[in-house]
Amino acid sequence: MIETKRPKLELLSGAFVERIVDEGLTLLEKQGIMIENAEALRLLGDAGAVVDRASQRARFGRKLVEGCLASTPSAIMLYDRSGEKAFAVGGDEVHFDPGSAAVTLLDHDTQEERKAATTDLVDFYKLVETLEHIHFQSTGLISSDVPAAVSDCYRLYLGLCLSTKPFVTGTFRVEGFRPMKDFLVAVRGGERELRLKPLAIFDACPSPPLKWSNLTAQSLLDAARAGIPSELISMGMTGATSPATIAGTLVQHVAENLCGLTICQVAAKGAPVIFGGSPSSFDMRKGTTPMGAIETMMIDSAYAQIGKFLKLPTHAYMGLSDAKVNDPQAGFETAMGAVLGALSGINVISGPGMLDFESSQSLEKLVIDDGICAMVYRLLAGITQRDDPIALDLFEGFTPDMKFLSHPHTRQWYRKEHILAGLIDRDPYEAWVTAGRTSIVDKAHADVRRRLEKYITPPLADPVRKGMDEIITAYARSLGIGRLPVWEL
Amino acid sequence: MIKAELLRSMNEAIVAGDKAAAVALAADAVRSGADLLEVIEKGFVTGLQKVGELWEQGDYFLPELISSAEAMKAAMAVLEPELARKKIEARTGGKVVIGTVEGDIHDIGKNLVASMLQAGGFEVFDLGADVKLERFVEKAEAVGARIICLSALLTTTMTNQKRLIGLLRDRSLRDKYKVLVGGAPASRKWADEIGADGYAENAVAAVKLVRTIAGRD
Repeated sequence: MIETKRPKLELLSGAFVERIVDEGLTLLEKQGIMIENAEALRLLGDAGAVVDRASQRARFGRKLVEGCLASTPSAIMLYDRSGEKAFAVGGDEVHFDPGSAAVTLLDHDTQEERKAATTDLVDFYKLVETLEHIHFQSTGLISSDVPAAVSDCYRLYLGLCLSTKPFVTGTFRVEGFRPMKDFLVAVRGGERELRLKPLAIFDACPSPPLKWSNLTAQSLLDAARAGIPSELISMGMTGATSPATIAGTLVQHVAENLCGLTICQVAAKGAPVIFGGSPSSFDMRKGTTPMGAIETMMIDSAYAQIGKFLKLPTHAYMGLSDAKVNDPQAGFETAMGAVLGALSGINVISGPGMLDFESSQSLEKLVIDDGICAMVYRLLAGITQRDDPIALDLFEGFTPDMKFLSHPHTRQWYRKEHILAGLIDRDPYEAWVTAGRTSIVDKAHADVRRRLEKYITPPLADPVRKGMDEIITAYARSLGIGRLPVWEL
Repeated sequence: MIKAELLRSMNEAIVAGDKAAAVALAADAVRSGADLLEVIEKGFVTGLQKVGELWEQGDYFLPELISSAEAMKAAMAVLEPELARKKIEARTGGKVVIGTVEGDIHDIGKNLVASMLQAGGFEVFDLGADVKLERFVEKAEAVGARIICLSALLTTTMTNQKRLIGLLRDRSLRDKYKVLVGGAPASRKWADEIGADGYAENAVAAVKLVRTIAGRD
């Protein structure tokens, strides 16, 4: 049998990749990066970086970076809440997670964005739990009905109560890390167990150009020490906070991400790190950061190629849209991104459900996007030689009235070779009219309701739940918050 | 009377966003003892007006806009010491306090508006990003500004625009200031809802708005 070819997209030549990496390393050496975190600067200084305390700038050479690259794992295994099912983040594996930390929810009934509350977050987690092709959860909405100080840890708490999938999350405040880590430790039953079986990825974003803030540098240090994977989210905006050229933005991307990786490694050698990002092709008219722009997707695909060259797991914000409702733009931007990201072999693709420049989530879009992800996985599976000979046997004794529909060969293969339509309309015109000319958004809304009704809370052991309750209560109390919204689980 | 050709060069330097040329032309004007008010009004400001038109027609984008604003600022920086020496009052726009509200670190849009206002002849006090609400009031009181511009990019921080209006009310200062709001989540509706005095959707519109409001004072 001939080996199945994995379809693959590479936008850069090998020489171009090497040149970009070389300039990124030179940038770290010559300009250095501003790091507003004293401990990170101290650790980098101890490791051989030239640190200027007054300007909070660290410059470091290739030797340090190359050593840190060598100690960073090229693949990370994540485990679901039960600790049983494993997900490899590395190689050409592709896993989707909903775009994270949206501040609003697109309300289907009013078709308006509104602030999300605890009940929305509960629906979001329940729905994502039922979506087969979205392998990760993300703390995808910010609850507006809890005080901001507790909101980062509150959303992870709710998510872990309602879902078994591994998480993509992150801190909003330095203090938020501790309780968030404590939840994960409570689920695993110990710090060592969490280290062996990571359950969540923490996002950390540098502030372009060439700066890591105190909050995000601290997140890198804390996560590295706990063995929690850090996802480095460099996010240059072409011509605004990074060079206007795509290749120029890639140079800055490499420098910022490799600085983050170095911070992780000097904090804890061998710490898991993901080479990710959320750059954008800055819109020179509106001053916005379109995630659905083709140039944004080109930057994503290219830095992922660079990440692979550096033998690192990769991530991107793709498979999302800047549309405000589930219109044609929402569909095509999402599908283009999901396909290009997957063909680029990006390991963690954050996007499904997201609209409006990473600021809004839609439950209906999540369901539609799950269907897009299904198509993407089919595409990645490629074209396989199932039989030998491929088809000659089938045509043995051929007559013009041969019936493929009733042929055993069809029953044998059609479900493996083809995926079902799901919510996609494939009705003949008359049938579509008779059925009420229903749009995919209406069908998605009905599907959301159906899925939420069918959802059953995956059981969580009492001591674990009790431990988590104690952590959130103590943390809220330490912030002077007496009550958190009541929810029904 | 300044030669029409010279005024046209000034105009062109601003339209092209050519900082070096704008500075050189301003320095020439100072050296030759030209009428500086004419230089500003007929040379540089007309260039900036043309830039505004090009933006509105969709020919100019943010890089052109900001380059022209910076060329204008650079030219004014050359002219100002001379204006001060001759005691000529050229800045008629008025004083504006601007900043991105607390909790929000996004400042690209705010910087643009600040630059355009400055280029448009206003004295701008830019407080930066993540600015405590009290500081807007303190600064406006200290410098005697009458206009406060508030930027916010996040729906979570735009409520601070509303809080500032409350703060002014609490201190019985509401009538003393015009509060203008902008930023991605803001809208005319939002401005009305929180009782702000105006909203602009981009930097060019913001300059027009401030000009109208300042004129009304």
